[in-house]
Amino acid sequence: MQFFQHDEFIPRFLLVTSALAAFAKNSRAKFRQTRHNVRVRPENRMNAEVILEVRNLTRTYTSGSRILTVLDNVSFQLAPRGTCAIVGPSGSGKTTLLGLCAGLDLPTSGSVILNGAALSELNENQRALLRNQHTGFVFQNFQLLPTLTALENVMIPIELRGERGAVSAAKQLLSRVGLGDRLEHYPAQLSGGEQQRVALARAFINRPRILFVDEPTGNLDAETAATVVDLIFEMNDELDTALVLVTHDFELARRTNRILRLRGGRLVEDSTTVNAPPRS
Amino acid sequence: MNWLLLMAWRDSRRSRRKLLLFSMSIVLGIAAMVAIGSFGQNLERAVEHQTKALLGADLMVQSRDEFNDKQRAFLDGIGVAHSDQVLFSSMVYFPKGDGTRLAQVAALSGDFPYYGEVETAPPDGWQRFKRGEGALVEDSLMHQFGVRVGDSVKVGELTTPIVGALLKVPGDNELFASFAPRVFLRMEKLPATKLLGDASLARYRRYIRFSSDADVAAATTQLRDRREELQLRFDTVEERRGDLGEALRNLYRFLNLVGFIALLLGSIGIASAIQVHVRQRLDSVAVLRCLGTTAGQAFTIYLIQGAALGLAGVIAGTGLGVLLQQLLPWAFVDFIPIEVKFFVDAWSVLRAVAVGFVICMLFALLPLLQVRNVSPLAVFRRDIDHLPKRDPWLFVVYLAIAAGVVWFAITQTNEWQHGVGFAGGLAGALVLLLAVSRMVVWSVRRVTHASLPFAWRQGLASLHRPNNRTLLLMVSLGLGTFLILTLYLVQHSLVRQLMPDNRANKPNAVLFDVQPDQRNGVVQILTNQNLPVIDLSPVVTMRIQSIKGVAAAELIRSRARSDRWALRREYRSTYRDHLADSEELLSGHWVKSAAPTNEIPISLEQGIARELNVGLGDEIIFDVQGISMKTRVANLRRVDWRRLQANFFVVFPTGVLEDAPGFSIITTRVKDSAESAAMQRAVVQRYPNVSTIDFTLVLRVVEGIVSKISFAIQFMAMFTVLTGVILLITAVLNSRFQRLRETVLLRTLGASSGQLLRIQVIEFLLLGLLASLTAILLAVASQWLLVKFVFKIEFSLPIAHLAAAIAINSALTVIVGLTASRSVLKRPPLEVLRAEG
Repeated sequence: MQFFQHDEFIPRFLLVTSALAAFAKNSRAKFRQTRHNVRVRPENRMNAEVILEVRNLTRTYTSGSRILTVLDNVSFQLAPRGTCAIVGPSGSGKTTLLGLCAGLDLPTSGSVILNGAALSELNENQRALLRNQHTGFVFQNFQLLPTLTALENVMIPIELRGERGAVSAAKQLLSRVGLGDRLEHYPAQLSGGEQQRVALARAFINRPRILFVDEPTGNLDAETAATVVDLIFEMNDELDTALVLVTHDFELARRTNRILRLRGGRLVEDSTTVNAPPRS
Repeated sequence: MNWLLLMAWRDSRRSRRKLLLFSMSIVLGIAAMVAIGSFGQNLERAVEHQTKALLGADLMVQSRDEFNDKQRAFLDGIGVAHSDQVLFSSMVYFPKGDGTRLAQVAALSGDFPYYGEVETAPPDGWQRFKRGEGALVEDSLMHQFGVRVGDSVKVGELTTPIVGALLKVPGDNELFASFAPRVFLRMEKLPATKLLGDASLARYRRYIRFSSDADVAAATTQLRDRREELQLRFDTVEERRGDLGEALRNLYRFLNLVGFIALLLGSIGIASAIQVHVRQRLDSVAVLRCLGTTAGQAFTIYLIQGAALGLAGVIAGTGLGVLLQQLLPWAFVDFIPIEVKFFVDAWSVLRAVAVGFVICMLFALLPLLQVRNVSPLAVFRRDIDHLPKRDPWLFVVYLAIAAGVVWFAITQTNEWQHGVGFAGGLAGALVLLLAVSRMVVWSVRRVTHASLPFAWRQGLASLHRPNNRTLLLMVSLGLGTFLILTLYLVQHSLVRQLMPDNRANKPNAVLFDVQPDQRNGVVQILTNQNLPVIDLSPVVTMRIQSIKGVAAAELIRSRARSDRWALRREYRSTYRDHLADSEELLSGHWVKSAAPTNEIPISLEQGIARELNVGLGDEIIFDVQGISMKTRVANLRRVDWRRLQANFFVVFPTGVLEDAPGFSIITTRVKDSAESAAMQRAVVQRYPNVSTIDFTLVLRVVEGIVSKISFAIQFMAMFTVLTGVILLITAVLNSRFQRLRETVLLRTLGASSGQLLRIQVIEFLLLGLLASLTAILLAVASQWLLVKFVFKIEFSLPIAHLAAAIAINSALTVIVGLTASRSVLKRPPLEVLRAEG
């Protein structure tokens, strides 16, 4: 039995594979270059006292022939380390506003300047990079990746940047939220409160400048909810992070410095809370 | 990149087994292409190395008549050695067992074959034959009559011992040998047979060995240049190699296309499986996007999974393909006249793997592309549509798939029209299957009536519920079944066409080479055995000398090579005063009899008249064995050539050819093989030169050959059906979660296991039934087109076989479907409800 008849097979094979490897290396280098290309334009450079600036934000959706205005000319600013709650009835545009602030979506008109960068001027990849470097997210339904362990879920933001030390940082944060012994558990093996604490650890691992939180206690019982909320505020404080919190829960809203009330897509109230604990 | 690989690996955690199973969809397609590609190289190599054995000599020349002095003078002057052969058909008789059958008798002299070896059993048979100790008889013939080495065979008047069974002869096609089994004699013994009369239909061959290729070329150039003068046909190793190489290349290109269909189906399966997989992952993608993953990165993660899946399929397929390659010679043993040495050809394997992988990835891209469009906003809003209205990349991928398929088909068929035709036909079949499937789903939705029993309503509803796999399954199961059925139906029509006419008084046996003085004796034998003489046609052989005053040789020179056959051929004409019942007069008038005067009115078959470019009233001069005979076309006939009887291009009136040397053809009808054998025995004992063709026997041989060919094709088409089965399994597994939820809900509401089983049986039964029916519809349509326009034969439908096909297909679907979803029925409801919560 004769195998592999052609003598030129191996050299040609090697040639092709090395060409492919060179191509892959080249495209990786290019990719890295784009990732570090997010620059702040001078005109958007703002007062060091503002981390998030929302100017005349409007968002409309087209449904059939109807145009729905979900957000209508909303403006506000948030200082670094500032905390605010967005409240309002269902359908008032809270989540849409949060999504726009975080660069998950783009406004129909108006602008969002996050950490000095006008989101509308960034492309999709640059916005992704901005999210990765400067923001953290906590969602109502936890949004952990079901196929990843608790540890792996927390590591993602650091791994995405290609930085080292993800494991130790993730372990440290998971211990901080009281899950040091559940590192290798999958989301399905954790309770709702535990899942939300993993999500919290993930949100803080990249030491974000601003944290976006959407109804963090909506899926939790009162006792667990209280623990999670305490953790959010504690860690926010420890890491000097600004906070934008969407909630129905007025008690929770009152723990922030400021309450923005939306109704029918309009900002109807922007008040400073009196009994919010002062930041140290 | 590393992180993307890591994420692809992590994300696949819960679905690795499932993904691996999906990858199996393309295994059979890849395996078929790998095996055939590599096998094709085995064939090429074999043809290259063994070509001299394809002919047994450097040059073979052939004549219908004994070599004349001019021919002999030329032939004696070329080559370093030669071997003569006289080939003719004759009845052979085995005294032991009293059996007779028409055989191809070859009388040999000299040292043929000069290349390759004659294989006999026992192996010393050939040496004994060359020493003149006796005859060699086709192995199958010896088996048929239970004859062994040492027994004797009677050929004409000669009775000689059998010294061996013939297995393989250089230059001979074993498939043809099954039509006319061979008997080899030494040339010295030929006169003793007393079989070669003046009008015998013998071929005279000379096999010549040369000392160098240059001499062969010089001799063939002379043969070509002096063609008209020498009147010799010839065959060289080069021509044989070209013909065989081309024939084998056509064979494996065709098989490759069949394999390619299996690959395409598998790729469609992969695309559909990935679509389900990706759909389950859209939430995860949205979260990753929130955390800062770019659209490109998210896409790459799932592209890596898709590539890994394709790679797994390709690797498994390659392994299976190499194994399969060793089976192919067994499936095609009857078509390959040379010994094929097995080796794995790396380039062919790599080519098949590359084609397979690229096609599979292109299909995988269709669902993967939507990952790019997942908005991070989907973490908040589930109702967001992930797919934009028009994704230009989707269009590019579709275009690439179409281009890939057309390109591949063109490289396989070597003609762009055929390639485009194949791709178009395939696309047409797919579109038709898809359209019919859509229609079925649409109508099923409408027939689901509230009055139907519960299990039927649920079973029917499964076919059109959201995320159903009905279309995919109907297309994949349907295409496989359609291919196999089309092949089967066409085979059925072909074989049926050859079936002897069973109506009484229609001939099913022909006696030919009956010499004029034997005619009455043969008729007497038939009468004695109560057999009818249905037709008795005298035959006189002749050639065309000139047409409308222009010599045939001149006409031949002026025509293209392919148009020369009608001028060159030997005409076996008859004379009679009436039209046969297979004939119809088209124009002119029928002349019953004529005197051998200056101009004889003759009847021409319309096709040959067109070939010769003659019409009513035109003059043709025939050379009737040395005597010129001037004729004029009196009428044109249409002949139904499909009828089993002696049909003729040229019919003379009576009163002209009666005295010309010739023979007769007599047709009769036998009831069964015993009657046929008795008649043949009686005839051959008294008139050894008279040959009998028993059409029932011929039909059996033809059926054997056709079924061998269709087995080989169906063997390949089977890959398509098996791919369909794999797709069924993966589709069922893919929709398991949805089934699980529904089943659990129904059980919670109080449905019994029996009811749940019934629902599933009904669902799979309907799926199998509808897919088969669609496939049959298409297969019958394409059979009709093929038999009507390509084979031009009668259309016939084997209803019982089609019903069996439906039953088998449906049963298979039910069994496979139930097996793949059995775990769904076994899972305790609480476990599922908990997992969901």
